[in-house]
Amino acid sequence: MRDFAYARATDLTQAVAALADGAVAIAGGTELLNWMRLGIADTDAVVDIGHLAELRGITVEGGALRIGALATLNEIGGSELVRTAAPVLSQACLAAASAQLRNLATLGGNVLQKTRCPYFRVEAAAAGAMPWPCNKRAPGTGCAARESGYARLALFGGTDECVATQPSDPAVALAALDATVHVAGADGPREIPMTDFHLTQEEARRAHPAPGDAASVMAENRLRRGELIVAYSVPVGDVSRHSAYLKVRERESYEYALVAVAAAVALDGTRIRAARIALGSVAQKPWRLIPAETALAGQMLDEASVDRALEAALAAARPLAGNEFKVVLARNAARRALLTAGGVA
Amino acid sequence: MGPTAQAVSFTRTVTTRMRVNGRAMAVTHEARVSLLDLLRERLQLTGTKKGCNEGACGVCTVLVDGHRVNGCMILAASCEGREVTTVEGLAAPGGELHAVQQAFIDHDAFQCGYCTPGQLVSAVACIREGHTGSAAEIAEWMSGNLCRCAAYPQIVAAVAQAAGEKKHA
Repeated sequence: MRDFAYARATDLTQAVAALADGAVAIAGGTELLNWMRLGIADTDAVVDIGHLAELRGITVEGGALRIGALATLNEIGGSELVRTAAPVLSQACLAAASAQLRNLATLGGNVLQKTRCPYFRVEAAAAGAMPWPCNKRAPGTGCAARESGYARLALFGGTDECVATQPSDPAVALAALDATVHVAGADGPREIPMTDFHLTQEEARRAHPAPGDAASVMAENRLRRGELIVAYSVPVGDVSRHSAYLKVRERESYEYALVAVAAAVALDGTRIRAARIALGSVAQKPWRLIPAETALAGQMLDEASVDRALEAALAAARPLAGNEFKVVLARNAARRALLTAGGVA
Repeated sequence: MGPTAQAVSFTRTVTTRMRVNGRAMAVTHEARVSLLDLLRERLQLTGTKKGCNEGACGVCTVLVDGHRVNGCMILAASCEGREVTTVEGLAAPGGELHAVQQAFIDHDAFQCGYCTPGQLVSAVACIREGHTGSAAEIAEWMSGNLCRCAAYPQIVAAVAQAAGEKKHA
């Protein structure tokens, strides 16, 4: 691991000041330490925020769950409050990683994890030392993954430069429930809708249009330099209470998703009043199927209606050679998650 | 940042005070050192193994304040003021094996043994957490410990036995 200097922040103000000076925050550490080992992060100063009590806690305030950034995935998964108010979030947290990692990994850090694309996650001290092309690691070199047949690549939002996916499980649940990310920074606090927090490669290119700007491939979220996630708020209601997470993977546990689904559905009798569907591991952000959600309003919650809505929405997918099957997988998984969320499966 | 706020001071060498297997200590080390490397290279507690060194295998599992974690995924510096338990801390001071250790022997729950220290520590936590209601539940909550010899059925049986003994104790 590369050498770095370390400090423990005594409070949030101090942490934010250190970030503004170029330090990077460590809490659970399960991502940052690997970035340091692989050469993905190149920072010389690490500020420890893992012990800050002000960033902890899971509470309900004014009709919303408030979850501190330092809540671990096991704390959230084991919380009776979360299990009742937003089962999809509880299930997504427990579907992630392993019991050991979930004791370290925080919800603040989890959504900031980088893609698991193996062509990206290779040890290379510098861009010039990469064994193969990767535009995210060595801008302008190309993409070794696109033609590889690797299945965990994007169906939506990718570009010629990059087709990596965001692997977070909790982020998919948070996006489905229209959660808000609360951020602190040198310029003060700010709120970002979870659905707008991550950037697809297409969105990153629009946000950084200058030719040759590496950020057009490397930017993955809207957090600005010096900003820190402090908490999330999740609206609680009929939708969040009737929700479910389904993660499809190559082994039953301790594995990243091929496709994941966070679904929520509020019913009026047997008809759908409101549906929420977010797919994981199909884009560089949790992918909300808004057209399907709109089409399902007022419909019966049954297989035929759900499949019709899902297939129309998934027609926009742009699969690559090697991941076409994920379109069918996404439809089937989303169908099952919706029916489970509505209590009819 | 207010005028009275104190800026943090960064150092490349830190002194971490912690308890390891009940013994209080202060260790001065490079800031980048993981808990795993500190245990093995500085404290000579080599029972905790190093496998993938990236959180993918679980052989380095230790308890920090009673919670199981991957020793490779936490900085030693982040363990300031905390209680660490390794596989060496499981048996009684007189040498009597922990119920989980005895159960692994009873069920022959290993072949090469490399993953065993991590399995044992993980199993102690798994039982304490109460995730032993069924073989499937044990398998799910022990999934963070890979066994390349695939002694999984024996490991699940050993955890179930140790959990049962605890229930009847």
